[in-house]
Amino acid sequence: MIQDELNRRLFLRNSGLSVGTAALATLLSSPARANEASPVGHVALPGFPNFAPKAKRIIYLFQSGAPSQMDLFDPKPMLESRRGENLPESIRQGQRLTTMTSGQANFPVAPTIFKFARHGQSGMWMSELLPHMASIADEFCMIRTVKTEAINHDPAITFSQTGSQLAGRPSIGSWLSYGLGSENQDLPAYVVLTSFGSGRPDDQPLYDRLWGAGFLPSKHQGVKFRNKGDAVLYLSNPPGIDSVSRRATLDRIAILNKQHYDKVGDPEIQTRIAQYEMAFRMQTSVPELLNVSNEPQSVLDMYGPDVKRPGSYAANCLLARRLAERDVRFVQLFHMGWDHHGGLPAAIRGQCKDTDQATAALIKDLKQRDLLKDTLIVWGGEFGRTIYSQGGITATDYGRDHHPRCYTMLLAGAGVKTGTTYGETDDYCYNTVRDPVHVHDLNATILHLLGIEHTKLTYRYQGRDFRLTDIHGEVIKGLLS
Amino acid sequence: MFHACFGSTINRRLVLVLLALLSARMVNAADRLSFNRDIRPILSDACFQCHGPDDKQRKAGLRLDEKESALKPAESGLAAISPGNVETSELIKRLISDDDNLRMPPPGSGKTISPKQIETIKHWIAEGAEYQGHWAFIPPVRPELPKLVSAGQDTVNPIDAFIRSSLESERIAHAPEADKTTLIRRVSLDLTGLPPTPEEVDDFLNDKSSDAYEHVVDRLLKSPRYGERMAQQWLDFARYADSNGFQVDSSRYQWPWRDWVINAFNDNLPFDQFTIEQLAGDLLPNATRSQIVATGFNRNHRLNGEGGIIAEEWRVETVIDRVETTGMTWLGLTLNCCRCHDHKYDPITQRDFYQLFAFFNNVSESGTLQGESKNTDPVLAVPTDEQALTIAKLDREIKAAETRISDETKKLPEYIAAWEPTFKAKLSDNSGTVWSPLQPTEVKSEAGATLAKLPDGTYLASGANPAHDTYTVVARLPAGSFTGLLLECFPDESLPNKSLGRYPNGNFVLSRVEAEVTAPGLAESLKAKFVKAEATYSQKGWEIGLVLDDIPTNGWAVDGPSRRDPTSAMFLIDGALTVPENASITVRLKHEALGQHNIGRFRLSYTSLPPSTVKLDGAKFPEALKAILDLAAKDRSAAQNAELEAFFKANVDSPLKQAEAALASLKKKQASVAASIPNVMVMQEGPPREAFVLNRGEYDKRGDKVIANLPSVFSSRPPDKPLNRLDLARWIVDPSNPLTGRVWMNRLWEKFFGTGLVKTSENLGSQSEFPSHPELLDWLAVEFTQGAKPWDMKSIQKLIVMSATYRQSSHRVHGGENSDPENRLLAYGPRFRLSAEMLRDQALFASGLLVEKQGGPSVRPYMPDGVWDETSRYGDLRGYKHDTNEGLYRRTMYTIWKRTAAPPSMLLFDAPNREICTVKRSRTNTPLQALTLLNETTYIEAARKLAERMLLEAGPSPHERLSHGFRWATSRRPTEAELAVLIEGLNQDLSRMKTHSELAKQIVSTGESKPNASLDAGELAAYTLTANVLLNLDEVVTRE
Repeated sequence: MIQDELNRRLFLRNSGLSVGTAALATLLSSPARANEASPVGHVALPGFPNFAPKAKRIIYLFQSGAPSQMDLFDPKPMLESRRGENLPESIRQGQRLTTMTSGQANFPVAPTIFKFARHGQSGMWMSELLPHMASIADEFCMIRTVKTEAINHDPAITFSQTGSQLAGRPSIGSWLSYGLGSENQDLPAYVVLTSFGSGRPDDQPLYDRLWGAGFLPSKHQGVKFRNKGDAVLYLSNPPGIDSVSRRATLDRIAILNKQHYDKVGDPEIQTRIAQYEMAFRMQTSVPELLNVSNEPQSVLDMYGPDVKRPGSYAANCLLARRLAERDVRFVQLFHMGWDHHGGLPAAIRGQCKDTDQATAALIKDLKQRDLLKDTLIVWGGEFGRTIYSQGGITATDYGRDHHPRCYTMLLAGAGVKTGTTYGETDDYCYNTVRDPVHVHDLNATILHLLGIEHTKLTYRYQGRDFRLTDIHGEVIKGLLS
Repeated sequence: MFHACFGSTINRRLVLVLLALLSARMVNAADRLSFNRDIRPILSDACFQCHGPDDKQRKAGLRLDEKESALKPAESGLAAISPGNVETSELIKRLISDDDNLRMPPPGSGKTISPKQIETIKHWIAEGAEYQGHWAFIPPVRPELPKLVSAGQDTVNPIDAFIRSSLESERIAHAPEADKTTLIRRVSLDLTGLPPTPEEVDDFLNDKSSDAYEHVVDRLLKSPRYGERMAQQWLDFARYADSNGFQVDSSRYQWPWRDWVINAFNDNLPFDQFTIEQLAGDLLPNATRSQIVATGFNRNHRLNGEGGIIAEEWRVETVIDRVETTGMTWLGLTLNCCRCHDHKYDPITQRDFYQLFAFFNNVSESGTLQGESKNTDPVLAVPTDEQALTIAKLDREIKAAETRISDETKKLPEYIAAWEPTFKAKLSDNSGTVWSPLQPTEVKSEAGATLAKLPDGTYLASGANPAHDTYTVVARLPAGSFTGLLLECFPDESLPNKSLGRYPNGNFVLSRVEAEVTAPGLAESLKAKFVKAEATYSQKGWEIGLVLDDIPTNGWAVDGPSRRDPTSAMFLIDGALTVPENASITVRLKHEALGQHNIGRFRLSYTSLPPSTVKLDGAKFPEALKAILDLAAKDRSAAQNAELEAFFKANVDSPLKQAEAALASLKKKQASVAASIPNVMVMQEGPPREAFVLNRGEYDKRGDKVIANLPSVFSSRPPDKPLNRLDLARWIVDPSNPLTGRVWMNRLWEKFFGTGLVKTSENLGSQSEFPSHPELLDWLAVEFTQGAKPWDMKSIQKLIVMSATYRQSSHRVHGGENSDPENRLLAYGPRFRLSAEMLRDQALFASGLLVEKQGGPSVRPYMPDGVWDETSRYGDLRGYKHDTNEGLYRRTMYTIWKRTAAPPSMLLFDAPNREICTVKRSRTNTPLQALTLLNETTYIEAARKLAERMLLEAGPSPHERLSHGFRWATSRRPTEAELAVLIEGLNQDLSRMKTHSELAKQIVSTGESKPNASLDAGELAAYTLTANVLLNLDEVVTRE
C-alpha cells in the first residue's frame, strides 16, 4: 500500500505534476509501531492518566540559582530591629552550611531593604520588586515552606528535576513524556527554553542532565530549543538543499526503504520511514512555532520590550504560550542568574526586571486564551537563601548564602488553590513552623494535577521500580482547588 | 515495557495473549517447574519488598526468598508454604483471599499478581516447593550439550546446539545462513565498528574455500580497529569524559587511559588481567607504568569543584561511585540500593556495601576538583616514546653540564686573575660614564619617515608617519664588552602635542628592541638578548617590561597626551657580549603595537659595565668593589674574595658563565618538556582511612566501623588477613565467582545479537530476567573462564561469530510470531540500528574521509555553534571551535566529551552523557535522528566525498557510478528496482542542478574539505544528493 502511494507520487512528479505531502505523511505515520517514534507522537502508558487530570500541560518557570524568598515573598518586618545582630544558635540549630560561609565569625541578620505590600483580594504579600506579578496575585498559590536536601547548586537543581541529587535519574519532563505521551504529532513532548539573567550574567551553568531521560529511553529527553542557529538541532536543510530537493530525497529514501522492507520484513523499517516524514513535518512546524511576526503588538507589549530579543526570558515566555497552544505537554524555562551571595539588591533587581513582567504576561495571556484552566504554572528555584548576610552588610548592600530548609515557590493555573499562601516560616525565615512541603511532595502534587498517582508512574531499571518521588512524596491537598 | 513497542489497544491485547502463550511455552518446556525460572521472578516482583532480604522492611517475620523461613510458621503461627500441599499453604490462601485485609499483595501496595501466576505457584507447591538459590549467584557448571533431533542440522559449534535445541522444542524453523555480503558486512561492523570495503567484499565472494569466512574473522580480530570498537562500549562503563562534570565542568585529560584500553583489547590482554590492572594495577608487585595507567578506570568519575562544597561529602560520593561502577561493570549488580539500606531483592546488605566501600576508600585524594583544566591528584606522568627519549637525553646533558661547571669553578681564580687588569684599566678609562652615546653611521626609518640628526646627537622624525615604523641605527662599537642600551626620548616643538611621540595625540608605543653585534671576525652576529628593562616612566598597561616579551601587539608607552617630559629606558642583557675588534652594532626600534605610534625624537647610548651595576640614571660602579680590586690579590680577605668571585660570576663572560648558561638552558628545556608530558589520573593508596556504615548513605552519619571485605553472600568467613583492592580484583576474576563470566558473556551476546541472553544486562540480580538460554549462558561462562583459553576475549568472540546462529540471515522467518514475538529464540538473526559512533564512522569511511590514527588527545569535529555556551559561562570548555584538519575526520570515539553538554549528535543516538556508569544504551528511532543524518555537516560532507568517489572511481555511466556508491554504503550491489529509483532521481537532480548552479555550488562547499576541482559542480551536487539518500537508507544505518 505504501509502495503504491510512493509509486504514484513518483509518477506524478515524473509527469511534472506536484502533489502535497499530506497523503504520504498520513499514510506513513500510521504503522503500528509509530509510537516508538518519539519525541513526537507517542502514546501514554496503559492506564495513564490514572484519573481525570486537572492540567493537560505544565509550564515550569525554573529560576535557577535560588531566588531570595525574604526579598520577594516572605517578609519579616520585625527583623528590621535586629539588623546586624548575630543569628541566634537556637534558630540555626546546627544547620550545615556551605563552606562559603561556614568559616564566618558571625552571621549578621540582613533584613530585606525592599518594601512589601499586600496584593489582590487575597492580600498576598509581595515585594516591590515584582509589581506585575503582584498585580495578578490572586492567580497564585504561594508556598513558603518548600524544603530540599542539598546545599549546593548542582545536587539541588538535580534533586528538584529528578528527585535525586545524583546524576542518572530521569527528569520530571521525561517522566511525563514517558507516562502521558505526547499530545502533538509534530513537536516534542518536552521542550526546554533557557535564558541568562541580567542579575548575575555569567551564573549558573545548566546541564543536559536537568532535562535528560536518565535510564528512560532517550527519546523522552527534553528537547532544548537553542537560542542560536537551528532552534532544534539539525532542523534546517544544509546550504543548497532546498525543500524541493529535500522532498525528493525523502521520497527516494522511503521508496528504497520500502523495497527493502518487502525483502526483510522488519517493522522497524516502517517506523523509520514514518520518522523521516515526521522530521520533514518538524521542519515546518518548528519555524511556524517560532515565528512570532503575527503576534499583535498589544501582546508583545504585555510581555515587555525584552520579548523582541531572542533567547530572553520574555521571548521564552511568549514561546511557552505558543507551545502550550500546540499542546506540548511540558515546557520548562530555565532563567539563570539568581545566585546572589553578594551585591544582592542590585542583582535581584536585574533578575526581577528580566522575569516579573513576562511571567505575569504569560499567565494573563494564557487566561485570555482560555488555556490557563488546563495549564499548570510552576515558578521557583532549587533552594532558598539565608537571612544572614554572606560577608558584610551595609544599609544598601548584603548577600545571602544557600538555604535548603525553607523557600518559596509559586503555583498558578489548573487545579491550583489560587489566592492562597501556604505554610509558615519562623521569624527569621530559617525554619518551617507550619506545613512543610518537601520537593518530593511538590513533585507528587504536580503529577497529581496531571492525573498521575505518583507512586504508579514507575520504570523498572536494574531490577528496581524507580519513580520521580523515589520512595517519598505526599500530595499536598492544601495546594489544590 | 510492551506498551512502548505497540501502539494501539488492539495490539496491546494481542501482546497479552502472546505473552500468555509465551509463558505457557516456558512452563511446558520443562518437566518440572524451576524455582529460579518460574517462581522467583513472580515472588521477587510481588512479595520480596516486604518478605525478602531487607530485614528492616520485613513484615510478619516472613521471608519468601529463603526456604527455611517460608516453610516455618511466621508470626501468625502459620507456615506460608507447605511443600506438596497447596490447601494448607497460607501463601496461596492469602493470594486468593477476597478480604482486602488479608489479601496479598496488599491492595494499594502497587503490586499485583495474576491468576496465571498464582496457578504457577500452586503447581510449584504441589510439586514439592523446591527452592534454589538465585541462579546467578550459583557458580556455573558446564552443562551437557543438548542432542538435536533433526539430523543434518547445520551447527558449527556448541552455541548452535543450545540455540537450535530450543527452536526444535518449540518447533520453530530457523533462517538459513545470511548471504556472504551481508555476513561480511555484519561481522566487520560487529568486530571493528566499520563496514568492509568493496574489495574486501569481492575477496570474500571470490574465496570459495571452506574457511573463507574464518579468514575474514581472523583478519578482523587482528585489525587495530578491533580495539577501538571494543573500547567504545567500555568508555560508557567507565564514565570516560574529557571534562570533570558538575557545575564548572572544566577539562581533564584522561585520554592516556583510553589509549590503554584500546591497546589492551588489541593486545588481547586476558579479561582477568584486564580486570585486575584496571581495578588494582597500582597494587601489583613492581607495577609497570602501563598497569598504573590502567587504574584510571576508577578515576574517570566526575569531580565537583562548585564553590562552597564540603570536601568529605564529595570524597564519599566519589568512593560510592567506584563501588557502584565496579559492581555494575563486573558483577552486573546494582549495589547502589545498599547505600542506604539492605538490598530489597538481593542478599546484599548495607554493611556489605560499606565493606566494599572500604576497598576504595584509601586513595590519596581530596574528593574535590583541584584546579581547572588539569588533572586532579593522584596523577601519573605518561611521556610518549619520543618524550621519554628527549628526557633521557636531557638528563645526560644536564649531568655533563654540571660536571663542566664544577670543573670551571675550580679554575675561577685563574679566570679572575686574567680578567682583572683589563677590567681595572677600563674602570679607570670610563670612570665618569656608565652610558656612552652611540655614534651612528646610519639611522634609517624602514617605512619611509625622515630621521634627522640634531646638534645634541638626538634624531628627530618628520615627514611620513607610517603605520608601523622600525628605526634602524648602525654604529661602531669599541672592542670589549656590551651589556646594555639606553634609549632617551625627548619632546619636540615639531611633534604632535609638542610631546614625545608621533601619533596625533603625542604618544608612541615601542613594541620591541633588537640589537646585534657584527664584526669581520664573527661568523655569525651576536644577538643581544635583553632580560631586564627599566624606564623613568611607563603608562599604565603599557609597562616597559612588555618590550621584552616577544609579543608585537603590546609594548611601552609614555602617556604622550598628558606628559611631555624627557623619558628614558634601558635594556640590559644577562652577562655580557664580548665585542671583537672592528665591530658594529645594529639596533632596531620597532613600533608594531598600535598604528602610527612611532617615537618622535631619541638618542641611543650603550654600556659595557656589568649589568648588575648599571643604573638608568648612570650611577657609578660600586666603590666597595673598586676598593677590593685596588687591593693586591694576596691582601684580600676570604670575604672580599668571595665578593669578587660573586661579582665575576654574575657579570663577566667566562667559560664558567657559559657553562652555567648552558645548564640553565638545558634545565629550561627540561621544564618545558616536563610541562608538555601528559599525565593521567590514577589510583594510589594513601594512609588507610577508617570506613563506616553511613546511615541513609549520608557522609556525616557514621554508624558501625567496617573493614574491607567481600559481600557475605559470596564469602561468609571473615578475612584471615586485611584485604585490599588487589584482593577484590582477584576475587572478581576468580573462576569461582559466579557472576563475572556470565556478565561478560551476556554483554558479548548483547553486542552480537542486540539483546542479551539475560535481557536485563544491567542487572543479573534476582530482579533480572531469567535467561532465555540459561544453559548456553552457563556454558559460555565456563568456557570463557575455565576453557582451553581462559579469559581470552578474542577467542570467545571468534567462537560466537563462527557459530551458525550468528551467521543466520536476519530476514524474518515465519512460525515463531506467536510463541516468540521478540525472536529471543533466534529463529532468525537480529537487525538493529548502528550506534552513534558507528553511524558517523561509517559515513566517514564510506566517503574516504576517515583518518585512521589511533589514540591520543580528543579531537573536535563539527558541532553546531553554542552547544557549550548556551547554558554555561563557567570553566574552560566554552567557545567550541571545530578542528580544521584531521581532527574533523577521526573515529567518533575520539570526540571531545563535555559531560554537561555532550556531543549532541551522540546524545540523539542514545549515547549516555557519561556522568555515571552506563552499561546499556537504549535504542530509539526518532525524527531528530533523521534530521541529524540528513543535515549534519559531517554527513553532508561525507555525501559529497562519496559522490566524488562515484565520479572518480567508477566507470563513466550513471549505472556504474551509482552502483559503486551503493556498494560503499551497503556493501552490496543494488537491485534493478533500486537502481531505477536512484537513476530516476539522479536525472532529476542533474537537470535541476544545471539550472540552479547557485544551489549546486553551496551543496558542494559544505565542510572544510575542498571539492575536487576537476569535477563539474552541478554534477557533483546531483551525486551528493544521491549519496545523501544512500547514507540515510535503513539498510545503511542498520546492522543486518
